[in-house]
Amino acid sequence: MTDAARTTPDIALPDAKVAGKASGQKRKGFEVGSFPGLKTWTWVFFIYLYAPIVVLVVYSFNANNRAQKWTGFSTSWYAKAFSNDDIQSATINTLIVASAATVLATAMALLAALALARGGRFKGSTASLGLISLPLIVPEIATAVATLSFFVVIGIQFGLLTLIIAHTVFCIPFAFLPIRARLEGMDDTLEQAAMDLYASRWKAFRYVTFPLLLPGIVAGAMLSFIISVDDFIISLMVAGAGSTTLPLYIYGMIRVGISPEVNVISTVMLLISLVFITAYWLLTRGDDHTVH
Amino acid sequence: MAVGAEQTRRTWWLLSPALLTVGFFMVLPMVILLVFSFMEADPYGGVDPGFTVEAYVQLLFERDFDDTLAYTGIYLGIIWRSIALALVATVGSLILGFPVAYYIARQNTRTQNLLLFLVTLPFWTNLLIRTYAWILILSTDGVIEQPLKAIGFLDGTLDMMYSNGAIAIGLIYTYLPLMVLPIYASMEKLDFRLIEAASDLYAGRYRVFREVIVPLSTPGIVAGCILVFVPSLGAFVAPDLLGGGRKLMLGSLIHLQFASSRNWPFGAAIAMCLLAIVMIALMLQARSSARRRAMEVA
Repeated sequence: MTDAARTTPDIALPDAKVAGKASGQKRKGFEVGSFPGLKTWTWVFFIYLYAPIVVLVVYSFNANNRAQKWTGFSTSWYAKAFSNDDIQSATINTLIVASAATVLATAMALLAALALARGGRFKGSTASLGLISLPLIVPEIATAVATLSFFVVIGIQFGLLTLIIAHTVFCIPFAFLPIRARLEGMDDTLEQAAMDLYASRWKAFRYVTFPLLLPGIVAGAMLSFIISVDDFIISLMVAGAGSTTLPLYIYGMIRVGISPEVNVISTVMLLISLVFITAYWLLTRGDDHTVH
Repeated sequence: MAVGAEQTRRTWWLLSPALLTVGFFMVLPMVILLVFSFMEADPYGGVDPGFTVEAYVQLLFERDFDDTLAYTGIYLGIIWRSIALALVATVGSLILGFPVAYYIARQNTRTQNLLLFLVTLPFWTNLLIRTYAWILILSTDGVIEQPLKAIGFLDGTLDMMYSNGAIAIGLIYTYLPLMVLPIYASMEKLDFRLIEAASDLYAGRYRVFREVIVPLSTPGIVAGCILVFVPSLGAFVAPDLLGGGRKLMLGSLIHLQFASSRNWPFGAAIAMCLLAIVMIALMLQARSSARRRAMEVA
């Protein structure tokens, strides 16, 4: 600090008052850039965001057989939902589709991310990126009816296979983004070093790149899985008679009249999503600062 | 880095599974949908061969029994309602989300990460379930009405379900995180010393807000508005469950044509209109960000 910066006290005093934050002392009741009610507003925001979820969970313990009206506490709907054959088969369908779509989408996304992050800039890299992110941009309902039309044209039977194909397509960008974020945060010096030491390209990938990339791959796979499990609109259009998934089953129940069983399945699905997303968050926390 | 021919070939090999999958199962279906929109409707679902622009004519006109065309505003009305509701959802999310993004950006990194996580968490839960929760809240004898009746505040019903308002609440609720995140991202980069400087120069809170905070977070605001507007426009779940299928929006109208009305070409034509509106919105955003970049350079 120069002598010029050490101002005499009577000049420094008003300065310290106005820029209280910068000089480390805060004046009560006034902070630069703060607005009245900001904190309250944020509280309202989070209540709006979480109240419906809380309501849903609470009402899954509703004794009444009409879901909207609260009459008393009961866990009987849980017993009913878990012993419901339709729900069980819908759960199995959902898991089959989500697992298959996750594996396929993650594998393709991994290859694509490696190509785009390590291939240097080449003609068509922007277009490739655009094509891969296309499922994120097109409104879901348009994708749904387009896929339906396509399946009708090629004459494939609607069932688990059509669901898996459709889910794989929209899972690709969700698997791709975390893997690419992770790859871009890693520099390629370790791979280069491995290859300088006569590791083959495959060995360098297998023993160096892959282990470092694994958290990104797992994150991408989890995101794909949860997106697939939760998908409704596209599944609605391309599912066959015997391939009802959980969201489709829930939709059917909501349409015919709501029983607290819907809340039970919803609560369970909610819990699964929460677990997955929390794990995803913990996995990718370190990647945050590398993105910028 | 010099890119050799061999490396380019390898790059394309690695890219091909993803690109072919999206190309074959997403781009090709879009082309088929476009073709369908110019074909004749099969009354049993699907299409009949033959080129016709009937589906697009149907958007504006009704065919009378004697085959004369009469203008009908039904479908334009639905398109207009969709745009209006999507705009309401966008503005609503902006009003609700902007202060929150600002509040989060002012916290320390730890709190920031936690709050961002809390913002995104509901977004990853099932859309259907989140919308269904609002049925429990808004319906007759639901979470809002029941206690009001119990304390004698309400007689009869507020009739909140199956209205434009219910749809708007559902849409805002669904897409709110998509507004907060980009605004936060641009505010996080905002130099808070600028706000201090403005305050030092005796700018009041309102002027700091209008002349410093808003202009500097414009890219995030634009991105957030697009991210909320586009999916709101094609929404199906909120209008279907909260509007009871009576207040149609583009998404539910498309679904209706493919499901119960069995007029696929018409559904395809509406889907094309939806895509056109989405593309216009994206182009406007690209243009505004290009202009901003040009201004920054200048």
